[in-house]
Amino acid sequence: MIIAALQREQVELVFGYPGGSVLPLYDELYRSKMRHLLVRHEQGAVHAADGYARVSGKPGVVFATSGPGATNLVTGIATAYMDSVPLVLITGQVATRFIGTDSFQEADITGITLPITKHSYLVNNIEELPSVLSEAFYIASTGRCGPVLVDIPKDLFEQEGRFSYSQKREIPGYRPTYTGHSGQVNRAVKAIKQSRKPVIFAGGGVIRSGAAAELQDLACRCGIPVSLSLMGLGAFPGDNPLFLGMPGMHGTVTANYALMEADLIIAVGVRFDDRVTGRLESFASGAKIIHVDIDPAEIGKNVTIDIPIVGDVKQVVDAMLKRLQPGDTADWLRQIEDWQARYPLTDDAKLTTGRLKPQFVIREINRITGGDALISTDVGQHQMWTAQHYCFREPRTFLSSGGLGTMGYGFPAALGAKLAQPEKTVFCIAGDGSFQMNIQEMATAVAGGFDVKVAIINNGCLGMVRQWQELFFEKRYAHTFLQGNPDFARLAEAYGAAGLRASTRDEVTAAISQALAVRGPVIIDCIVDPEENVYPMVAPNRPINEIITGREVK
Amino acid sequence: MKHVLAILVENKSGVLTRVAGLFSRRGFNIENIAVGETVDPGISRMTITVEGDETVVEQVMKQLNKLINVLKVSNLSREPAVIRELMLIKVRAEAQTRSDIQQIVETFRGKVVDVSLNSMIIEVTGNDEKLEAIKLLLQHFGIREIVRTGKVALLRGSKTTRENGEIRSDK
Repeated sequence: MIIAALQREQVELVFGYPGGSVLPLYDELYRSKMRHLLVRHEQGAVHAADGYARVSGKPGVVFATSGPGATNLVTGIATAYMDSVPLVLITGQVATRFIGTDSFQEADITGITLPITKHSYLVNNIEELPSVLSEAFYIASTGRCGPVLVDIPKDLFEQEGRFSYSQKREIPGYRPTYTGHSGQVNRAVKAIKQSRKPVIFAGGGVIRSGAAAELQDLACRCGIPVSLSLMGLGAFPGDNPLFLGMPGMHGTVTANYALMEADLIIAVGVRFDDRVTGRLESFASGAKIIHVDIDPAEIGKNVTIDIPIVGDVKQVVDAMLKRLQPGDTADWLRQIEDWQARYPLTDDAKLTTGRLKPQFVIREINRITGGDALISTDVGQHQMWTAQHYCFREPRTFLSSGGLGTMGYGFPAALGAKLAQPEKTVFCIAGDGSFQMNIQEMATAVAGGFDVKVAIINNGCLGMVRQWQELFFEKRYAHTFLQGNPDFARLAEAYGAAGLRASTRDEVTAAISQALAVRGPVIIDCIVDPEENVYPMVAPNRPINEIITGREVK
Repeated sequence: MKHVLAILVENKSGVLTRVAGLFSRRGFNIENIAVGETVDPGISRMTITVEGDETVVEQVMKQLNKLINVLKVSNLSREPAVIRELMLIKVRAEAQTRSDIQQIVETFRGKVVDVSLNSMIIEVTGNDEKLEAIKLLLQHFGIREIVRTGKVALLRGSKTTRENGEIRSDK
């Protein structure tokens, strides 16, 4: 019955790990034609489904068993929730008569995941199962997307029920607003016309809503520079002269200056995260702010908004475009150009040391793949360097745990991405710390013959934490050096994958080309300067125009 | 400022947990809460009193609206509404103080619902002010125990909560 429901939802593939409570489900799966990716840890299944969903735009589906199987999903669910990724998670629960008795492999997973799911269900009887599944898919993939968990007691898997499935489009307490309020759109258009120093600040909502083309139209027709949040990278071409880079803690100087000096911020599909705004009181104090978002609760949550517009980004921007009258931004664009020329992002901050710069590795991946790869990252310095130095040009090409900041996300997400777009080159840029958090998925990659490349930015430490210790804790490096790291290249070989090692620029260039020439998973262990820091940087809770560029420290 | 929110929810298991969990995880404080069935047995009504400025309450309401099982949220403090709470007070009462207490109870239009040799239970209904006033008076005799239902509220006039306009942030 469940597989039939998944087929009705056009699900082609599920991610999962079997166990006692889902034995009947896996038996049904076995007898169907549905594809299934067997991971090595349930966390890997959620991240892979998440990567698949981010690239394909379709909800990722996960199966896991009760108890530990379900609790192992938690980090992955929270990751997807924070980044609004559509997932449907189907967990087995102990049989109905055992619920509440602390029976073997029992965990109250709907209770545990309550704060990190968009919605969840514990199914009570077989009759309601089809409608629950239908609602789950509808809720997960509409409005502001998110993970929905369906917990099904084992005895229900074994029952036969009448299967009548209709795709849900009406739920009483759930009515997302898609069309922006017309009067508000008019106010926004007027503000754009009057503005002399506008900035577009766009995020993941643009990608999720498929509004990249509309956004580009808006920016180009009005001569408005664009800054993208981490989640938004790819929503606007990174090589367009109007692109300012990412704002915030590790944003470009230009993006931060522009936001702080703007007279109008057009925020679309973003949520003004603290990593972006820095000290809230001083954030963009001179600017009028238009905020377009599908989630009304995001509007005015952190920053006071002058023109709120609840709606689907694509529809709202489209409505704006129809009435648009460009303002005069010529002086402002000259100012932006001047900042861009004065404060470029470079990888030569400490060339004198002669050690391999992590930024170079990322720039080489960008150069050799032609910027045409799907890139996933883990969390930390390498993530920020990727965001800064890889030129994302298309939506759905960058996968990273932006909200939760989940180390170990990148590699399983890369597997999911590859399944969503098998013809694309997939590169996971990982940290030596992060990679070890889901290293077990190497077996999944090898077993599935995944043509996925991993570049480990290996500095032998938890680089971002070490950087903070250096800057804010007087170099007291408490437990940030990862003694005992394996030889990643040999480890790859032990798994039956290819392993390469690079510690100079030439070796990096050669290794990337070599990795791309091989079919199947390859790990490139890039031994980089362990003292390299991510700059520019804004200290936490400081105004975002108080920038440490890294030059003054040396 | 205190806000009284009327929340219509689907009468399903786990809904109270979702609502209560939302308050605690977003750092909002529930001052009191009352839950019961409505005319439609499929729908329950929660009345929640929350302390906070306009921005906080706006955010509480928006977050509540995001819960799938929540059908409608309205802020009854913004409009004329009848707000009531029931309180039971067990007060020390000897033979010589009993009539004094009785007099207070009458003044507040309360009821004596139980009497023993050295105690009485008083039932009183009203708004915050009234309940606080009688509590203060009865403290003089010694209050042994208090229990309150939490506030319930209805809009004045013929308008119902269901018709009380959609809560939209872009208006």
